[in-house]
This record gives sequence, C-alpha cells and structure tokens, in this order.
Amino acid sequence: MTDPWPQYVLVALLAVGGGDLSGEPLRAAGSFAAIPDRQERSLALFAEASKVLLHPRCANCHPPDDRPRLGDRHLVHDPPAVRGPSNDGVPAMRCASCHQDRNLEHARVPGAPVWRLAPLEMAWLGRTPGQICAQIKDPARNGGRTLQQIWEHSALNELVAWGWKPGPGRTPAPGTQKEFGDLIRAWIDTGAACPPVTEATR
Amino acid sequence: MITLRVNGAEHSLDADPDMPLLWALRDLIGLTGTKYACGEALCGACTVHLDGEAVRACVVPLSRAAGKRITTIEGLSRNGDHPLQQAWVELAVPQCGFCQTGQIMSAAALLAANPTPSDEDIDESMCGNLCRCGTYPRIRAAIHRVAEGTKR
Repeated sequence: MTDPWPQYVLVALLAVGGGDLSGEPLRAAGSFAAIPDRQERSLALFAEASKVLLHPRCANCHPPDDRPRLGDRHLVHDPPAVRGPSNDGVPAMRCASCHQDRNLEHARVPGAPVWRLAPLEMAWLGRTPGQICAQIKDPARNGGRTLQQIWEHSALNELVAWGWKPGPGRTPAPGTQKEFGDLIRAWIDTGAACPPVTEATR
Repeated sequence: MITLRVNGAEHSLDADPDMPLLWALRDLIGLTGTKYACGEALCGACTVHLDGEAVRACVVPLSRAAGKRITTIEGLSRNGDHPLQQAWVELAVPQCGFCQTGQIMSAAALLAANPTPSDEDIDESMCGNLCRCGTYPRIRAAIHRVAEGTKR
C-alpha cells in the first residue's frame, strides 16, 4: 500500500523554502568591449551593475528612511528595527543584538561582519539607476569615497559580500562579487558615465 | 574548553563554540532566569547583556560571548533591588511573567545608554521584546518611573 503523506510533506517543505537559491547571471565586463563608443560602453556597464545595486539583497539595507527591509518584496523589518544615529540600531535593539558575523542556519538570522544600514544619504531603494549613479559619484553622498574606494567597497567589502552568500532561502545578488567588481572597475575605467537622473516611478 | 564570565564568575565549559549562549546559561551553568521562547531572535525573552549591550542569547554563539562580560537577570543586581526590578514590583508589571526578565534586561540596556528616554525612545528600544499578556503600558510606565528617579 502506498502512503501519499511523505510526498505531501516533501512538497510542503520545498514550498516554504530553506534551500540554497541561485541568483541571476551577470554579464562579464569583458563582453562589453564590443561597444565601440566609450561613453556608451560605460553606460552599458553601469546598467549591468545596476542589477546588483537594485537587487533586494543590496537595496534592503539602503532604504530611504529609518526602517531596514526584508525579503524580495522589501517588506519592513519585523521585529521592528530602526536605523539609530549610527545606522546600527538603538539601545537594546542594535543590529548586533540579533545579527552575528555569519548567517545562522538554525535561527535563519542573516549575518556578516559589521551588520548595519547604509547611511541615509546612500539610499538606493526606490531610486533609478541614474539617481544611484549620481549618488555613488558624489563624495557628499558616498561617504567621501573616491571612485577607487567605491571599487574597493564593491569588490572587497565583507558586508557587501554577504549579498552573494545570503544563506538558505534567500535569493543571492546577481553574478558574483568578483564579476560585480569587474563591472564597476570597467565602468570607472571608461569614464564612469551615468544615465540621466530620472524620477523613480515607485 | 570555553571560558565564560557570567555575572562576575568564570565558568569553563566543554562546549561547541557554535552553541547558543542561552543553552550554556540554562543547561550547563544552571541560570534559568533567562528564558527560551522563539529561539530565532524574534521575541526578546532570552535577552542578556554582553559587555553592557543587550543581545539575544538564543542566537549568540559561545565563540562571540567568550572573553566578554556577560550579565543575566540573576546578575543585574545583588539582591533583586535594581531600580527597574523595584519599579517592576511597585507597578505590578508582570502578568504571566515569562517575558519579563528579557524586558528588564532590555530596559536596563536602554537606561544605561539613555537615562531619561521619551515614549518614542522606549518604544523603539523595547519593540523587540514581545509580551503576549500585553503588559506594554506598565513596562513603559516602570521605565519612566526609574528615569524620574534618575532626574531627582
């Protein structure tokens, strides 16, 4: 006699998630060499890199307000958490009150070294690639970074790296951090062109 | 071996560095005032202090807690007479009581950083500590009572 329950249980477990998810691919920086115009090539490189910048794993910690976001639909963080004066929470509700320096599988709490929000002036969520590009190049809104330091932050930062290793049940950022860093490098080397600054539609 | 300094006393434990601090506190050291509830850092019942900062013991691995100053509800005061504990009694804050040690530990971390918090400060710092009995108005009143004592 066949017992159907094990199959139902398996389907239910798959439905609630928990396994490693794969991210979208990212085009290699070298593949843009076919674009002869330097400005056009730079814009195309930034457009590809924008897939990472706008991805929920990145944008959720770059909100335009004091609330971190969760999940692929940018839900407001629950338990309620607020930015605080140093972008790392408030007394008794620091980011590090719950988040560790690594993902916790047993509690499903994501983690990485120095878990915190990006400063308010670096908000990306709900903004267009053109708006984000202008911010990234503006020292007043990028933490006083040079373009070289922007590359270092993108390609080498441990908290940024979490976007590609978000733990079971979370969609990773597109491609790899190396591919993203290569895109940013190539974008800088081609003049760091920005798309027009247009208002976000959402 | 991992050495934990809990409420001023050192404990050498033969435990996995990934073991949650809450397990060590309750099951290995026997300090059961810190409660297990959700186990996922969602409710605050297991709140303790690590070098004075409130953390959720159910998700803090022993490797992070080792070498730090750990304070549990048992160590908040010598005789249960911390101003918050006194205010909790005076205002009869608890109902079932299960979440209250976590509530008091979070409130103590808040007042250590901000001795005279506003309602908004209290709500922002305490909103991660859930109370299914709904004692929130009395929790807020007790924190204000201690803050008023600080002002005087």
